[in-house]
Amino acid sequence: MNWMTTIFYFFGAITVLSALGILFTRNVLHATFLLMLSFFSVAGIYVLGNASFIGVTQLLIYVGGILILMVFGLMLTTKLNGKALVTENHNRLIGVLLGTVFFSILSYIIIFSANFEMLKSNKTLPENAVEFIGINLMSNYLIPFEIAAILLLVALIGAAVISEKRKEKQE
Amino acid sequence: MSTIIFFLPFILIYTIFAVYGERKISAFIQDRYGPMEVGKYGWYQTVADLLKLIQKEDIVPKKASKKLFLIAPVIIFTSIFCGFVVLPITSSWEGTLTQNGVYFLLAIVSLDVVGILMAGWGANSKYSLLGALRSVAQIISYEIPVTLSVLCVIMISQSLNLQEISYQQGILINAFPDMENVKNYLFGISALNIDVTNWGGVFTWNIFRAPVLIPVFIIYFISTLAESNRAPFDLPEAESELVAGFHTEYSGFRWAIIMLSEYGMMLLVALLGVILFLGSWNTPLPNIGNIMLANWTTGEPETIAGNLWSVFWLLSKALMWIAVQMWVRWTYPRLRIDQLMSLSWKYLTPFAMFLIFVSGLWRLLMI
Repeated sequence: MNWMTTIFYFFGAITVLSALGILFTRNVLHATFLLMLSFFSVAGIYVLGNASFIGVTQLLIYVGGILILMVFGLMLTTKLNGKALVTENHNRLIGVLLGTVFFSILSYIIIFSANFEMLKSNKTLPENAVEFIGINLMSNYLIPFEIAAILLLVALIGAAVISEKRKEKQE
Repeated sequence: MSTIIFFLPFILIYTIFAVYGERKISAFIQDRYGPMEVGKYGWYQTVADLLKLIQKEDIVPKKASKKLFLIAPVIIFTSIFCGFVVLPITSSWEGTLTQNGVYFLLAIVSLDVVGILMAGWGANSKYSLLGALRSVAQIISYEIPVTLSVLCVIMISQSLNLQEISYQQGILINAFPDMENVKNYLFGISALNIDVTNWGGVFTWNIFRAPVLIPVFIIYFISTLAESNRAPFDLPEAESELVAGFHTEYSGFRWAIIMLSEYGMMLLVALLGVILFLGSWNTPLPNIGNIMLANWTTGEPETIAGNLWSVFWLLSKALMWIAVQMWVRWTYPRLRIDQLMSLSWKYLTPFAMFLIFVSGLWRLLMI
């Protein structure tokens, strides 16, 4: 086992363990930080897989954006009553059953139907992936790209509208 | 090759001298006693500071959330320190993740927000929490103008690779792979037809290569001051209202780590600014006729002279910018929080967006 494989398993172990930790911890704040650890190690796996652009995007969007927002929201709300926010478990049996079924369906699909073309043909990603992604985004995948942009704009305007102070209607 | 083995010792030694420099500059500007009178040239003041910091007790407040409180300074420092891995140091010693260098740097540096939130929240103190909230709001807001101004440079240089951006700004431009036939024109305007590729020096620095980057550089400088929580944007640690902001409750070595990350952040943004705008490791001296100043002060890549010259230029330019940051800190008064936010959202961000557009047009002139 060379060191690349070792590091891969290391990141994989961290991802799985921290995801399990999210399941078993009661404290929501700790769960958020564990989620961050999990995202981090997924980014590490991307970088190991020679897809550093996607790895950095993972960091930028999930860790740097979404998670910081979550932590921000949690910290602002939990301090109101002075107690840590704690979750409770309900419907354990159904939850475990559904989770197991969903997990096995996903693993079945991934393991048996994915072809792993890259692995078989020994292809590697192009060296200048950024250029490749950029050209494709502006040509072959322009419409999804633009639709995503419009969606984000809508979300931005929506956030501004929601956070606006409503004036009492005076008649 | 990894430049990180250079930066870890460098950042430690630099911080000691930067603290001394900061105290000295502030002492000169505001005529302070300690750094002017203690020992020879006031040098003992920093030694005393360091000794005090190392032997102080590491206090954790009783009601603090212990795990978060203890781990927070480490996260702050690690996330900033990770930014250094992509920086090139010399013409032949580049960082890792070269293809996405700038992108990685922008992503990883924003993670210190997590550490700041942990520190402020974990300490369970009103001052810390308020300081952390302010600091995070400020860093997130100012990240936008920083990113946009970096994007302007990327529009001009057409690359996320910091080493490629460095090579473009000097006489060695044709030594970089795939750039054998690229030429630099005066002000980047090819219609003038003045070829400055062999002049080198300041004429090929990015701010000279595309003068549109001069206002961009000003935006970058202002917003990075805010990013590193430096005055006049040091509201998170406004001592008159918040004691010391998010690190109010820290003492001893952990406090030293937080300070270390503040100085590390200053160094990081100064180095990035120099690489993006001020010619990276290239010499400022141009070739004038037969006097080949640029060639003499650059050296060939892969040689000892070339390495020494380029590390000298890179670090001296970056340290000069740090001196400017300190000068600004001790000269200007602090902003109010609403002024701070309106500066970012109403002025810097729209200007930076407009400048991205202009940079795109300028790039067309350069072809």
